[in-house]
Amino acid sequence: MDINTYINSGILELYVAGVLSDSENREVYKMMKQHPEVLNEVLSIEAALVKLTAHVSPKDTKAFTTLAPKLSQNDSKVVTLTKPKTNWLSYTGWAASVLLAGGLIWSMNQNKALENEITTVNTSKDFLEIQIEDTKNTLNETKQLVDILRSNSVKKIPLTGQTAYPEAYANVYWDKSDDKLYLDLQGLPEPPKGKVYQVWSLTLNPLTPTSLGTVDDFVSNNSKFFTFTNANESEAFGITLEPAGGSASPTLEQLYTLGTVASL
Amino acid sequence: MQDIDLLVSQFQDKNERAFEKLYNMYSKSMQGVIFNIVKDNDIAEEVMQDVFIKAWHKADSYNAGKGRFFTWILNISRNAAIDKTRSKGFKNSGKNLNSDFFVDILQSPDNLDNSTDTIGIKKFVTKLGKACKEVIELLYFKGFTQKEASEELDIPLGTIKTRNRNCIQELRNDLL
Repeated sequence: MDINTYINSGILELYVAGVLSDSENREVYKMMKQHPEVLNEVLSIEAALVKLTAHVSPKDTKAFTTLAPKLSQNDSKVVTLTKPKTNWLSYTGWAASVLLAGGLIWSMNQNKALENEITTVNTSKDFLEIQIEDTKNTLNETKQLVDILRSNSVKKIPLTGQTAYPEAYANVYWDKSDDKLYLDLQGLPEPPKGKVYQVWSLTLNPLTPTSLGTVDDFVSNNSKFFTFTNANESEAFGITLEPAGGSASPTLEQLYTLGTVASL
Repeated sequence: MQDIDLLVSQFQDKNERAFEKLYNMYSKSMQGVIFNIVKDNDIAEEVMQDVFIKAWHKADSYNAGKGRFFTWILNISRNAAIDKTRSKGFKNSGKNLNSDFFVDILQSPDNLDNSTDTIGIKKFVTKLGKACKEVIELLYFKGFTQKEASEELDIPLGTIKTRNRNCIQELRNDLL
């Protein structure tokens, strides 16, 4: 190829502008190595452009000495690295504080919920304690009852229903060793308002009734099990319905149950 | 003239003296190219210094087989200047980025460089044809590719090549 044609094509001006392809650049480089006139042409183009561009700057450049100290340090790199780092840190900081605030609110709510739960648990605990106490009482009563039934010194006297209320029945457990009389009144109907049951100890010859007392808490006593004291040499027991407060002598028309003590 | 290639290879071996010579040869040109983009003396000075520091640290990445040192650092300078105009601080500074060509800058009364050399250049630029001003502006100051320049000026690709050759010839006749 004719060198002058090559030079005059304008490829070298484009080479200096940096707009050629990689393969074109390599080709120009090769030509410069082989042909001094190509190299000189490139240097000349470059020199003209250096001169032109230099005059566009209205201000002179600073001396190289101002630049030299920055060459040994990695100044520019450090600067570019620190900036995003700070940003990252502050973003993380904000994110962390948002998380922290969220966490605080969450744990406050959690705390409130737990406190409510504790109150609920305490209430149900109190309630259960009351139930346990009730059960204990019931158990004690039952134990007492069983003790009475098993005791050798206690005599059972069944009282059967009488004309006033034939379906009625009652049981008397009489412990002569300590004069205690236990009445199981499960078989008696609830007394009408203003009336109470009165318990009588009887001797048969002659027929003498002795009041042992009235059953005032018949309705409220769930077990219908009552305790009386009886120091009499009773031969029979009877229960009558009397006006509240009891009567001096039994109203026989209102005799609900009656039973005699079998020979001892 | 072949000294340049020697200086460049010494620069690549981290020779600070060689780099100083290259700086003295090209720093004002780069400051001019950068100024043509950022339109601010202090910013142009700062960006130019950053460009040379960057070039020093990236010396390994220059490959003589791929192009001239001048072309390499010209490319770094244009990119750094364009990056600067896109930076947050620059946008907030309210710079008026008018579309003045390098010729306008050369002829503006703000240009205080009144050396005989510059006066000569001013004279030359004044008589330089519009077509030449445009093609030199796009290819060397703005970094357009041949294709982009042909589209911008609406002239065939081949015409860019020959017109540019003729304009640079004119430049050489007057400046060298």
